Amino acid sequence: MANALYAGRRRNNVIWAALCYAATAFGLMWLALILGALLWNGFGGLSLDVFTKMTAPPGVEGGLLNSIVGSLIQTAIGLLLAAPIGILAGTYLAEYGRHSKLSTVIRFINDILLSAPSIVVGLFVYQFCVLPFGHFSGLAGGVALAVIATPIIVRTTEDMLSLVPNTLREAASALGMPRSLVIRKIAYRTVMSGLVTGVLLAIARMTGETAPLIFTALGNSLFSVDVTQPMSSLPLIIYEFARSPYAEQQKLAWTGALIVTAAVLTLSIVARLVSAPKRGGH
Amino acid sequence: MSATTLETTSAAQSPAFDRARALGRHKAADSSFRWMTFAAALLVLVLLLGVAISLFIGAWPAFREFGFGFLISDAWSPPREKFGAAAAIYGTLATSVIAMLIGVPVGLGVAVFLTELCPPMLRRPVGIAIELLAGIPSIIYGIWGVYYFRPFMQDYLQPLLIGTLGNVPLIGALFAGPPLGYGLLTAGLVLAVMILPFVTAIARDVFETVPPVLKEAAYGVGATTFEVVGNIVLPYTRVGVIGGVMLALGRALGETMAVTFVIGNAPHIQSSILAQGTTISAMIANSFADADPGLATSSLLALGFILFVITFFVLAAARLMLARLAQREGR
Repeated sequence: MANALYAGRRRNNVIWAALCYAATAFGLMWLALILGALLWNGFGGLSLDVFTKMTAPPGVEGGLLNSIVGSLIQTAIGLLLAAPIGILAGTYLAEYGRHSKLSTVIRFINDILLSAPSIVVGLFVYQFCVLPFGHFSGLAGGVALAVIATPIIVRTTEDMLSLVPNTLREAASALGMPRSLVIRKIAYRTVMSGLVTGVLLAIARMTGETAPLIFTALGNSLFSVDVTQPMSSLPLIIYEFARSPYAEQQKLAWTGALIVTAAVLTLSIVARLVSAPKRGGH
Repeated sequence: MSATTLETTSAAQSPAFDRARALGRHKAADSSFRWMTFAAALLVLVLLLGVAISLFIGAWPAFREFGFGFLISDAWSPPREKFGAAAAIYGTLATSVIAMLIGVPVGLGVAVFLTELCPPMLRRPVGIAIELLAGIPSIIYGIWGVYYFRPFMQDYLQPLLIGTLGNVPLIGALFAGPPLGYGLLTAGLVLAVMILPFVTAIARDVFETVPPVLKEAAYGVGATTFEVVGNIVLPYTRVGVIGGVMLALGRALGETMAVTFVIGNAPHIQSSILAQGTTISAMIANSFADADPGLATSSLLALGFILFVITFFVLAAARLMLARLAQREGR
């Protein structure tokens, strides 16, 4: 009787354990399949032409230069807007307004923005950065990316600053340092690697974003560094070429996909390495 | 007179005056820095309000024209200027439900593996691999989905489902129709893979909040690993797990690029989950750039507003639940 009970419990345990192993294998399988497909289809297309030639109409040898440059410009705009705003807002939440009611609200709203659908962000930026000017522009694309990136930086900045021991702040204040200097010279320096991590994660997120660019930057088959004009970017060109019936454009789409994924994954791994020593046990 | 001037000049060079001036400068810098951080924090609030208000203003012509019928009509015909959100809302909900049904149990399974079963040596690499899965941009899921997953669905899974479940009474209608590869089920499955790492990441974090002493006590009285998970870990972290699941739901509802590639973009409601359909986000991505200004654009903005409202409430609920767990933990 007792033995049967034990055997049953042990059997359940084994079954559930097997299911968990299977779930993990299932999850890892997709990563392998996707990365495998990217390497298989994208690696062959990697050549100097990809980085030196423009996107071309079907039948003409082309590359991805204008898209790569467009991606870099728009990410830079996004970063220039999002990094200062995000770090300052995170500073307010962690330092000046740590316990205020307003901060609780802002924290909550920021968390919602953090996972808000990016296509909605695109619509929002279209409404106030494209419609008033009457045309799509790389600047609008950069603004859309900034809206996506800001909450990430706010969140990591606040999290990191709240790790700074209060004794450190008190020691600095006791020496007569004004509050803003305590924050800039002591708190920021203590968690510099954490702040860098947040920024890197935000860049990674911006690099892969497509949905908010479709109707802000629109895309451009010509080389353009003019941010007031429509601008190409890697995700947009992948979106366009992947649905193209022409083999050479499809091939470029895969190569672009490989470049984007490599960039995003490298950034997130570097971000992890940068913050690793501080986090200790995690 | 001249004596006073002389005195001030000498005072200006004295250390006391220097200190006063430095203090004054610091004071100004101090308050302007504080003011700047406050403004930046307010901007976050303004952003969300801005999203809501600008979408509502853009959507207003469509809401005024179609009224409540916008929500229940599945017509989407630009030439006749008839627009309704029902097909897109249905597709959004259907794909999200499919994604949750598969992504949540698997994601939780991986989290249990990582926290309870995994040899310590493997914990970090497996954890990082799952996080990489979360880091892959959605456009990559899209291109992979349309070149690899869609043919797999068309050649294997869909014929299999049509041949087996398609013949079962009652639920047969769900699996009817030709195997096209594109469709709600394909989109739902790709979404399932995309939300899996989110479920895992949050579940792992909340599982780690269980006080070891609780688990040790259970193991001490002879519980097996799965009795501990089922009777200690899950009940203790229930609020957090539900919060994480809702966060994943928020992702699934708003996901755009991957879905746009594989759903077929047909604005109709069909009984079969193998049929082509559309979602709110896919519809916007697909038709916004070439929509006529006026009612068509406004209707797409109205769809965006509806998506924003739905995800706002889902995400708000998720955050409240996660906050409750954090509060109990005393963080």
